[in-house]
Amino acid sequence: MNSVMDQTTEATPEQIRDNKLYQSMGLTDHEYGLIKDDVLHRLPNYTEVGLFSGMWSEHCSYKNSKPVLKKFFTKGKHVVKGPGEGAGIIDIGDNQGVVFKAESHNHPSAVEPFQGATTGVGGILRDIFSMGARPIASMDSLRFAEPKTDADKYFIQQIVAGISAYGNCIGIPTVGGDTAFDDAYAHNPLVNVMSVGLMDLDKIEVGAAAGVGNSIIYVGHKTGRDGINGASFASFQFDSEHESQRSAVQVGDPFEEKLVMEACLDVINNHSDALVGIQDMGAAGLVSSSAEMGSKAGGNGMELNLDLVPQREAGMSAFELMLSESQERMLLCVKAGHEDEVLKVFADHGVNAVVIGHVTEGHNYKLMHHGKLVADVPVDSLASQAPVYHRESEMPEHLKNVDTNQYQPKITNPTETLKEMLSQLTIASKESIYETYDTQVQTNTIVAPGSDAAVVRVRHYDKALAITTDVNGRYLYLNPREGGAMAVAEAARNIVASGAVPLGITDCLNFGNPEKPDQFYELDQAVMGMTEACEKFEAPVISGNVSLNNEYDNIPIYPTPMVGMVGLIKGLDHITTQDFKHADDVVYVVGKTEPGFNGSQIQKMQTGQISGKLFDFDLDYEVKIQKLVTAAIQQKLLNSAHDISEGGLITAIAESTFGNQLGVDLTADLTVADFFSESQSRFIVSVPQEKQAEFEQLVGNDAQKLGKVVDDNHLFVQANDGYFDLDVDKAFGIWKGALPCRLK
Amino acid sequence: MKFAVLAFPGSNCEMDLYNAIKDIIKEDVELVSYKHDSLAGFDAVLIPGGFSYGDYLRSGAIARFSPIIPALQDFAKSGKPVLGICNGFQILTEAGLLPGSLQKNVSAKFICKTEPLVVNNNHSMFSSEYKAGQLIDLPIAHGDGNYYCDQATLRDLVANDQIVFKYQNNPNGSVDNIAGITNKQGNVLGMMPHPERAVEAVLGSDDGKGVFQSIVNHIKSRGVIYE
Repeated sequence: MNSVMDQTTEATPEQIRDNKLYQSMGLTDHEYGLIKDDVLHRLPNYTEVGLFSGMWSEHCSYKNSKPVLKKFFTKGKHVVKGPGEGAGIIDIGDNQGVVFKAESHNHPSAVEPFQGATTGVGGILRDIFSMGARPIASMDSLRFAEPKTDADKYFIQQIVAGISAYGNCIGIPTVGGDTAFDDAYAHNPLVNVMSVGLMDLDKIEVGAAAGVGNSIIYVGHKTGRDGINGASFASFQFDSEHESQRSAVQVGDPFEEKLVMEACLDVINNHSDALVGIQDMGAAGLVSSSAEMGSKAGGNGMELNLDLVPQREAGMSAFELMLSESQERMLLCVKAGHEDEVLKVFADHGVNAVVIGHVTEGHNYKLMHHGKLVADVPVDSLASQAPVYHRESEMPEHLKNVDTNQYQPKITNPTETLKEMLSQLTIASKESIYETYDTQVQTNTIVAPGSDAAVVRVRHYDKALAITTDVNGRYLYLNPREGGAMAVAEAARNIVASGAVPLGITDCLNFGNPEKPDQFYELDQAVMGMTEACEKFEAPVISGNVSLNNEYDNIPIYPTPMVGMVGLIKGLDHITTQDFKHADDVVYVVGKTEPGFNGSQIQKMQTGQISGKLFDFDLDYEVKIQKLVTAAIQQKLLNSAHDISEGGLITAIAESTFGNQLGVDLTADLTVADFFSESQSRFIVSVPQEKQAEFEQLVGNDAQKLGKVVDDNHLFVQANDGYFDLDVDKAFGIWKGALPCRLK
Repeated sequence: MKFAVLAFPGSNCEMDLYNAIKDIIKEDVELVSYKHDSLAGFDAVLIPGGFSYGDYLRSGAIARFSPIIPALQDFAKSGKPVLGICNGFQILTEAGLLPGSLQKNVSAKFICKTEPLVVNNNHSMFSSEYKAGQLIDLPIAHGDGNYYCDQATLRDLVANDQIVFKYQNNPNGSVDNIAGITNKQGNVLGMMPHPERAVEAVLGSDDGKGVFQSIVNHIKSRGVIYE
């Protein structure tokens, strides 16, 4: 096959310079100048330009987001490892650490939804087990446009099928996530995957290669021409007349990943004396894993012989081998003399493993191919010395001169409005999605998808982890800073409602183009809002990922910083779910209901858009309310607790009736419109009658009694200016049926 | 008594079975690699769920050629209990130890949910702990759980009382609502639902304990009589 990238037709350093070929790989004139004049003091060759284009991409270098990410609150007495490694680690006692991270796979999923989703799951799992942790749960945070055409439906189904195929096969339960629909994500869906692992804290591994003479071992699938230079976002076409060798996306193989995972955990747990470092080959493949490993170790160089790299296809160039994003591959640094011991472990597990290079004296990163030196660059220049840009920030037009009045919902028949609300796809049941995920494998899932947070026990201990993902991009669109804080707050409400205390967060920062000041403003402000909230909740950011350039025809998505939060449940008897449990339990709303309509689901439902100034948010009050609910749970006063969010109080009440098909008879000093307000800092809870006095003493004026749970399968809620009156099974049918109906 | 839990490349429920036997049923249990060629010393063999060899080609079709399979076939012939769950059921049909086959669910999607099952036969060595006709809740988690056999085979299954569990609300299109069947001798059971996921009330149901307890009772009531 005639390749534009093979040795014979590869462009010369002079051609690269004269024709600015580096631009098509994603490097700017300025960056090329830096490489030529400041780093190498000569013209880089084709392979070297490729290395820099991958490593200096936003995906690998965070060059546009680094100054923003530095603002994150990352400290905490339980943080064992913060951002910077494959994943962060938090101490949960008993010599155990919880490891978690999230990663976006938006762009690959937009090109090929099934494989984009599978490889998103596979990539984040490698980050977890490369730390020495066994993955115990995954979550998916998805954003789609409202499905209209068959193509839209196919697209959503394929993404869900990809997550299902990979997660189920590898045997890691997908315990939840969140899915929302808004046309802001048309052409640019969000596929964010979070994974959580558990490890013994004396088994931490880091991605570093140190010690001259130590061996670099390549593990896993052979390298092919898939996803080449995916990280640089470049549409790589040297010459459009030739058949492009760039296949758009990678292909996932969960079976191979399962073998690789078991083998790597075997090496980490049973051969730790031999192991120096281990790292996933993710974005920018071999170059990124090896250069990062070399750079983190500090003080040494690295030499790789590319002829030794297992290859799926003949005639691959050095450029292709280094920048391929073939999946299910890991890179290890192993102490000299221990190679055979480690190679045997991989052989026993049926996994490819081969020594491809060594740690060397000096500081240079050298690549040999067909007996020739094809790249020779300072190792730090690729990784830690990538350029950093301080982008300009300017308030977007849509945030200037906004209407400060809150939208007033128009409700003539409250029950009909509730029914319409329950059928909104963002509100409706996601069961038709999550029932295709294996939620129970590993037999630790105590609360499966469908409640505020999933709960996974820590086997053999009286403790469990609560896990959730959350963000409402509409709030951020109207106020990125407050919306960012609300994303963290809502995640924390989910965690608290399940009986846990927040431990920390990971994130996927899904934003537009950082080179446009108004879009950079959203990123910068959102991070500030998130970090303020993280500090208040003592929930540090321990890992995360950035996905920029989410725009189509120059219109960015809503700013959507997905928050993945993990909490600790200190006794299994604290586990709480959202469903009302018994008739005659007393129902309360905890937290004040304020007008919260701009950016709400009801504004969107009734006007087709969101607008105006976002409603107010008081972080201190939020913390106070959450602490009250935590105290009530720990004192065993609650039979159920549910966060109030999209769709407001009435939606939360309805959702609480569904699990056990119990009705309610409630009265509140609110208007029917107030029941759809999305003001923050609220929970709907139910309290057994005998605990009523104790509960009321605890919460004082911060909770209002609404009435009782009843066993007649009927939802009746009296407001000041009308009432909601609906059979629970009818409400449930609408809520449950909406999504499968729209995806048919 | 001692259970063997087989582990194939791509199995992913072997630890769930191991933990259920060790922590809940409180009997001896050992993981046995697909590479071994002997099952000497074991009283019962459990074949776990998962995706052996990625379920590439066809569920269970590659695992069936593993070194352990001849030993498994001899073990089954000896009359000792063999239980295949989910992918284990698929491996048993591929290995010729159970009739019929497992096809793709009629929805063409993977389904994970808890399903009510009817105990159709409570005099097998896997179901004696249940009452005849008892309703039990067990989780299912499969993409290829749609049991198929021809009419002649179905007649045999019914005539020989080989159908142990039936779905109350058939979730996958299985012939005659079949969720689990034995061989004619009654010592090999294949079932798609996961009893090992239902051995603790904290996880939603402990209705699955009866399957393992029945095996234990069967072995212990017979003493050492095999071979």
